[in-house]
Amino acid sequence: MHEMALCESLLDSLRDAARAHGFAKVTKVRLVVGPFAGVEVEALRFGFDVVMRGSLAEDARLEILDEPGTAWCFDCNETVGLPDRLSPCPACGGERLRPNGGTDMRIKDLEVM
Amino acid sequence: MVEIERGILAKNDAYAARNRTRLNAGGIVSLNLLAGPGAGKTTLLVETLRALGGRVPAAVIEGDQQTANDAERIRATGTPAVQINTGKGCHLDAHLVGHALDELPLPPGGVLFIENVGNLVCPAAFDLGEDMRVTLLSVTEGEDKPLKYPDIFETADLVLLTKTDLLPYLDVDVDAIERNIARINPVASILHVCAKGPNGLAGWLDWLGEVRRRRLDRLAADSESRAQALRAAAEALP
Ligand SMILES: Nc1nc2c(ncn2[C@@H]2O[C@H](COP(=O)(O)OP(=O)(O)OP(=O)(O)O)[C@@H](O)[C@H]2O)c(=O)[nH]1
Ligand SMILES: Nc1nc2c(ncn2[C@@H]2O[C@H](COP(=O)(O)OP(=O)(O)OP(=O)(O)O)[C@@H](O)[C@H]2O)c(=O)[nH]1
Ligand SMILES: [Mg+2]
Ligand SMILES: [Mg+2]
Ligand SMILES: [Zn+2]
Repeated sequence: MHEMALCESLLDSLRDAARAHGFAKVTKVRLVVGPFAGVEVEALRFGFDVVMRGSLAEDARLEILDEPGTAWCFDCNETVGLPDRLSPCPACGGERLRPNGGTDMRIKDLEVM
Repeated sequence: MVEIERGILAKNDAYAARNRTRLNAGGIVSLNLLAGPGAGKTTLLVETLRALGGRVPAAVIEGDQQTANDAERIRATGTPAVQINTGKGCHLDAHLVGHALDELPLPPGGVLFIENVGNLVCPAAFDLGEDMRVTLLSVTEGEDKPLKYPDIFETADLVLLTKTDLLPYLDVDVDAIERNIARINPVASILHVCAKGPNGLAGWLDWLGEVRRRRLDRLAADSESRAQALRAAAEALP
């Protein structure tokens, strides 16, 4: 639901980067979005097209890279891979888990002109 | 190709860090209250402020898409409040909260309550610079909300089960709610509250008192060690 706000924040970052690196146009944006980042990728794509219209990133391609999800298992006392938020710990079958990887979304790199 | 490697919410996080520094420097303890619409956030705040009875300085930031109703309910208790209307926005962000802070002077030891926009999804992603996150879930919302909306429970320091006076009229399984919260967040504290009727806030008021005491002790210890370092520096030969 907040994908619009994320795209606006993304546009701010693109403008900052344009000033810092001296480019005028962005042709491609690569984002890393973890499975537990709370982001609906389809909504993000839609928001991206709307928010970037008329900006330095109008018509830029959006590529979204996956990142593996991991969690701290309170029973194993270690980090384990977690494919899905509600799956049990793959090592011990326990359910006391807290995601510690794949929880954020970040800009990886840009193609610019 | 330009490498960026920067969080999409980097801007918000920078404003949040600024708010946090400012609140810590002022000796203010801050709580971000999150919940779905109507879970009982404002009622809890009104009754909490009445119970505190002005003995602890407090201020409230109210977030809603529209209306100043909630800020007016808070002001009726004699507590200063600022209403933020987010318009099309579905959550508070650290920039909005920073501006609201300008209008809410609080003395050291004061408590700042931030009532987020009623929404079980989006507010979870936005750090406001708060010390503690409190997520409310009313018993009328059913057992499975923590599993359906994990993010807002995952980031909570405390989960309050509200409106417990209604339990006799519902067939909801409270143990199942607590199990589901613990499944999403094994380290969150869980407390029951009822804002209607006597003594329903006791556990929450104890928690609040304890958090405030610990936080202020910590800030005082930090100030003392800074004062010591400055004195030692002053005494060193020029
Ligand atoms: N029975 C009962 N009703 C409650 C309790 N707390 C709140 N309510 C009622 O729940 C309704 C919503 O309460 P609010 O305090 O406005 O909820 P809120 O979370 O601030 O709502 P929004 O800001 O609109 O998202 C009101 O009709 C309150 O009177 C409680 O402990 N018991
Ligand atoms: N007392 C009472 N409880 C009800 C009634 N309808 C639903 N509930 C309870 O309210 C809780 C939530 O009900 P749901 O039907 O899951 O609500 P929902 O709107 O589908 O919830 P989400 O899909 O999670 O948004 C459950 O505990 C229900 O048993 C009713 O008419 N009376
Ligand atoms: Mg309210
Ligand atoms: Mg449903
Ligand atoms: Zn395990």
